[in-house]
Amino acid sequence: MYSYTIFIMLLPLLSFIVLGLAGMKMQHKTAGLIGTCSLGIVTILSYTTAFQYFTADRVNGAFQTIVPYNYTWLPLGNLHFDMGILLDPISVMMLIVISTVSLMVHIYSFGYMHGEKGFQRYYAFLSLFSMSMLGLVLATNIFQMYMFWELVGVSSYLLIGFYYPLKPAIAASKKAFIVTRFADMFFLIGILMFGYYTDSFSFTFAGHGAEVVMGEGTTPFIQGNIARALAAGGFIIPTALVLMFIGGAGKSAMFPLHIWLPDAMEGPTPVSALIHAATMVVAGVFQIARMFPLWIHFAPHALSVVVWVGVFTAFYAAAVACAQSDIKRVLAFSTISQIAFMMVALGVCLPSHNGAIYDDHAQLGYMASMFHLFTHAMFKACLFLGAGCIIHAVHSNEMAFMGGLRKYMPVTHITFLISCLAIAGIPFFSGFSSKDEIISACFQYSPTVGWIMTGIAAMTAFYMFRLYYGIFWGTENKEAHEHHTPHEAPLTMTIPLIVLCVITMVVGIYSTIAGFAGWGGSFGQFVTASGQNYTIHFDVAIAATSTVIAILSICLATYIYKGESQPIADRLYKQFPKLHRAAYKRFYQDEIWQWVTHRVIFRCISTPIAWFDRHIVDGTFNFLAWGANEAGESIRPWQSGDVRQYAVWFLTGTVALTLILLSI
Amino acid sequence: MVPVQYYFILSALLFFIGVYGFISRRNLIAMLISVELILNAVEINFAAFNRLLFPGQLEGFFMSLFGIGVAAAETAVAIAIIINVYRNFNSDSVDSIQNMKR
Repeated sequence: MYSYTIFIMLLPLLSFIVLGLAGMKMQHKTAGLIGTCSLGIVTILSYTTAFQYFTADRVNGAFQTIVPYNYTWLPLGNLHFDMGILLDPISVMMLIVISTVSLMVHIYSFGYMHGEKGFQRYYAFLSLFSMSMLGLVLATNIFQMYMFWELVGVSSYLLIGFYYPLKPAIAASKKAFIVTRFADMFFLIGILMFGYYTDSFSFTFAGHGAEVVMGEGTTPFIQGNIARALAAGGFIIPTALVLMFIGGAGKSAMFPLHIWLPDAMEGPTPVSALIHAATMVVAGVFQIARMFPLWIHFAPHALSVVVWVGVFTAFYAAAVACAQSDIKRVLAFSTISQIAFMMVALGVCLPSHNGAIYDDHAQLGYMASMFHLFTHAMFKACLFLGAGCIIHAVHSNEMAFMGGLRKYMPVTHITFLISCLAIAGIPFFSGFSSKDEIISACFQYSPTVGWIMTGIAAMTAFYMFRLYYGIFWGTENKEAHEHHTPHEAPLTMTIPLIVLCVITMVVGIYSTIAGFAGWGGSFGQFVTASGQNYTIHFDVAIAATSTVIAILSICLATYIYKGESQPIADRLYKQFPKLHRAAYKRFYQDEIWQWVTHRVIFRCISTPIAWFDRHIVDGTFNFLAWGANEAGESIRPWQSGDVRQYAVWFLTGTVALTLILLSI
Repeated sequence: MVPVQYYFILSALLFFIGVYGFISRRNLIAMLISVELILNAVEINFAAFNRLLFPGQLEGFFMSLFGIGVAAAETAVAIAIIINVYRNFNSDSVDSIQNMKR
């Protein structure tokens, strides 16, 4: 029934192979069209899947988990590594997000990357990324997820380093790869630990039917032996999950593993939109959502790790975003902060009160997190693509070269404004509904977290509008603009902006009205912890508070940054130069890491190991080789090739042997 | 009838002449002939010991005949090799073939 879903993964793979092998022989346009068309078909298939999946009959009120393909790839005794496709509400939702944003980025890149050297390579890597990301969300087991997880890491590395003649691009790509790889080591340890104790890598414990009891074989796919892991000690599953979370934190740029994401902005801007804002960086959130039944059932206390890491990251990133001057860096920190919101939302889920595993009220955060993932992907991709248009127009990332651009770029201006309003959490824009649900879930967990998150939401509104005014209003850099008048981007670049904006608006308007009026059909109908239909109902007090706070911070940003000159900002800057500098330098996180890696790890661990390797390990083998060589040299003259000499030796030997034998 | 010791003396003489020839000669053909002499010494020994120890039985003679057959085959191979060596090196001296590997 869902047999066509295999093409969702195969088509981008095929396009990657074709473009990767034959791309250099093609025209730019042909290569781009191949990539875009395959992604277009994938998008159609994804929407078909989603339509078919969400309109199918529910069983006991929940969507069924469907596995159209599952092949055993490597059997290893009881354990086996499978490759397959698993459809459940979150993976289908992710299909929509990935294919939509990816298609938009493919179209946008026609304009943005026009005439770039390596255009075909760029599209080949985009296809590779799409394939791996789709494989990641469709994985039937955690091992497959891990494989594709590494593949998205590789494609991210390749795309960040796309401008490989430039030094910063290479440094950034290496940094991204090494940091995420380091985190993935913990993910792998977690997987192995989990697999060792439960004899399974399968996700089928994550069946969303309310009646599914984990690990008891209620569906043919449940092979996990959770009971054994529990018998081995209650700490096994929480430890494995926290280790996996470290991997997720690396990919999702949680503090202190966030350092790679701001640098990753060295890549082409559409790549930042696709990989470092909308899809790959939410892999960590997706991973926790995938393992959610285990978290909530066996490790509810460990979820507080997720909450506090998320809260701190959200605050830290928002604080740094307030002081950055590179527009892509601001957006990068805003991404970190927003992903932290999703993490917090997953973390604040509580075990249910009524004895069942799932409880949509106690686990409101699950739905809120996925909802925010969806809305954030759309408006953040729009913001990044908008930033790409601006960079395209002024040829710089620095806000100092911008200002007053609203006259030159009306479409970019309007779409950017709408996305800013969405991320700030203004009603009737999509960010409002999802953020409001997150904050409600936080208040349910603890009022402290709730108020902190409300505060961070206010900071979000502030720095986004600081960015907005800095780009489109404020002091115009007349000198730079006269030299090179900014112009609106071509249609290939503005259409994706408009499409993403329309999605943001439509989702926003419907979910806001539905949330206040108590209508169904909003996000809660599709993705919830239990898979049951959940009607989103805003808490008016929370909604009003967060709206008022958001509007106040927007007003504050307007007051400070809108004018031609910014006396207040300058005064604040003079008052707290150290604080500004620290925030601008991202609170010296990179320097700290630099110190830790160079002074502690390299000097105290790596150098002795290198010495041991060079002198002891290599020395042993060099000695063996030297001995063999010397022995060979010393017996070499014996092999003279002179037959008579051999005969003499032979005769001597015979005589000697005879004498010895006779004497015995 | 010839006393059996004379056969042994002949055999020993042939053997040592063969060994001496094998070591001292440079000519490949001469070396081959020396090897044949050694073989002949061995075959004479076979026949003589058969006569001495097991008169009326034939195993030793068979062994001699067998040895003659093997020697003939070996000579054929050796001659073939020597002809090839001569064609390649234009020489039948054993000193010229110290480097067989090219």
